[in-house]
Amino acid sequence: MILTTNIQSYSINFHDDESIIRAKQLNIYYSGKLTVENFNLQVPKNKITALIGPSGCGKSSVIRSFNRMNDIIPGFSLEGEVIYKGKNIYSSREDPVRIRRQIGMVFQKPNPFPKSIYENVAFGARINKYQGNLDELVESSLIQAALWDEVKDKLKESAYALSGGQQQRLCIARAIAVSPDLLLMDEPASALDPVATLKIEELMWELKDKYTIVVVTHNMQQASRVSDYTAFMSLDREKIEDRIGVLVEFDETKKLFTNPKLKETEDYITGRFG
Amino acid sequence: MIAEKKISTETNQYKENISRRNRTEKIFNVILLISVLFGLLMLTVLIIDIAVEGYAWVRPELFENYHSRKPENAGMKSAIAGSIIVIFMTGLFSFPVGVGAAIYLEEYAPKNRLTDFINLNINNLAGVPSIVYGMLGLVVFGRMFGLFSIDSWFVKLFNIPIESGATGGWKFFLFDIPWLEIHLPFGRSMVAGALTMSLLILPVVIIASREAIRAVPPSIREGGYALGTTKWHVISTLVLPIAIPGILTGMILSLSRAIGETAPLIIMGAFTYVPFLPKTVWDQFTVIPIQIYNWITLPQTEYRVHLAGAGILVLLFILFLMNGIAIYLRKKFEIKW
Repeated sequence: MILTTNIQSYSINFHDDESIIRAKQLNIYYSGKLTVENFNLQVPKNKITALIGPSGCGKSSVIRSFNRMNDIIPGFSLEGEVIYKGKNIYSSREDPVRIRRQIGMVFQKPNPFPKSIYENVAFGARINKYQGNLDELVESSLIQAALWDEVKDKLKESAYALSGGQQQRLCIARAIAVSPDLLLMDEPASALDPVATLKIEELMWELKDKYTIVVVTHNMQQASRVSDYTAFMSLDREKIEDRIGVLVEFDETKKLFTNPKLKETEDYITGRFG
Repeated sequence: MIAEKKISTETNQYKENISRRNRTEKIFNVILLISVLFGLLMLTVLIIDIAVEGYAWVRPELFENYHSRKPENAGMKSAIAGSIIVIFMTGLFSFPVGVGAAIYLEEYAPKNRLTDFINLNINNLAGVPSIVYGMLGLVVFGRMFGLFSIDSWFVKLFNIPIESGATGGWKFFLFDIPWLEIHLPFGRSMVAGALTMSLLILPVVIIASREAIRAVPPSIREGGYALGTTKWHVISTLVLPIAIPGILTGMILSLSRAIGETAPLIIMGAFTYVPFLPKTVWDQFTVIPIQIYNWITLPQTEYRVHLAGAGILVLLFILFLMNGIAIYLRKKFEIKW
């Protein structure tokens, strides 16, 4: 591990073979307005990395730029590089469809398709012409998403018959059914009740062995419970009126929550933000 | 010491006047109910009036005979057939074009001035009087700018074998397939009528389809994209299945409008007296509203009142049937969220 630090931010780096995706000097714009400035982050393999920070600091913008989901938002533009498997995914030669197929995403609000539970999980596999046994894939994906026991008798029923928490786990099953390298989760539990939230968190722990997870959350307890590494983002204090998001501190979760290097981080995690 | 602003919590500071507010509520309730009843009442009066005059004349002859010089023998077999075939073809033409245009405008069109201009004009086109479409259809489909008349430069240039006679024009088999006969220009055929009707309803079809496509939640699209899906795949497997009930409803309601249209087809040269059933789509035709119009212009009461009334009853029945189908399809394909 190499440490880099300057006055405004603190960050740890990994060797290239320990990291799966890397943001290099990202500037994110919406309709020409700078939203995230000079964002650098290396995401370690097979770990859970949490992205925390106050609302409006650009957490979602960053995570959505990891699989080019921002492309479908009108007015979006980006400077800098996102390096995945040694290539900049924003270079004109890269195909966003191929990238999204390898980097899955789970959204804030559960968004199952208006199809049966089975068809939801099988959707990505069908598109990508899965060659194996589809029934087995659906079963194993639902088992991995800790949903199989609850839905095994009603696979043909509509996904909307499920509760919110079950729907979100179904979306996770749908995402892992195409066996992605990296799973991005944009506040996956913020629309759920505490019990369902706990289930999602347990699920993330179990998925960690097979997948790398980046999770955006505004819940600091959640970040400290589930993640190995935490990146704290905030608004640039020198240009607070412009509301520009910057990375403040990135460290192991334990260190960041017990012994933050920067006062800004400490203020936020102890609830003295502002 | 800072003077505190006193906020009274005394109840006598309020004049709730709840009984008066309730009275206003009731008055508005009645006014709104009256506006509903007005429309319903007019429709009922209309239907009863027509039914009284025409019901006895809805008899087998109406469906078995053509127009006759004796009212008791007169029917509108050819008009019913013409209406059904023309409406069917109108649906066939306008559905793919309308839905295609709606998908392009909602999903693919770049946000720029040209798109804004197109959007504005689609809304404008929905308000253009139908007779204008009739004139357009006559020039474009009916006559094809005279390109296929015997002495046009186009015919001379390509040596097109023009047939002489009343219909004239150029007849050939597309790709030499015997049943794919094409007549140019389209003349007074049902093809020309259906194409004109398609132009007439396209703006409404496009607007209704766009509404239905727009109503599909963006989160569904995002979910699709996040699995590595192309745009077309998201549209065809996720967006369209959700939007199809709305699209079908708009489509059938537009067709219901088209089936009652008279003016454009009269301009196109649809006949009032067609004593035969069409054999091909290139045949001349008439439709129910034209037949009704024809009967109303005749002096005898039997035509003017009774047969016209019977014709209107048939037309209304077809209209209600189509709206019923629209409701059925919407219920059938509706997705329960």
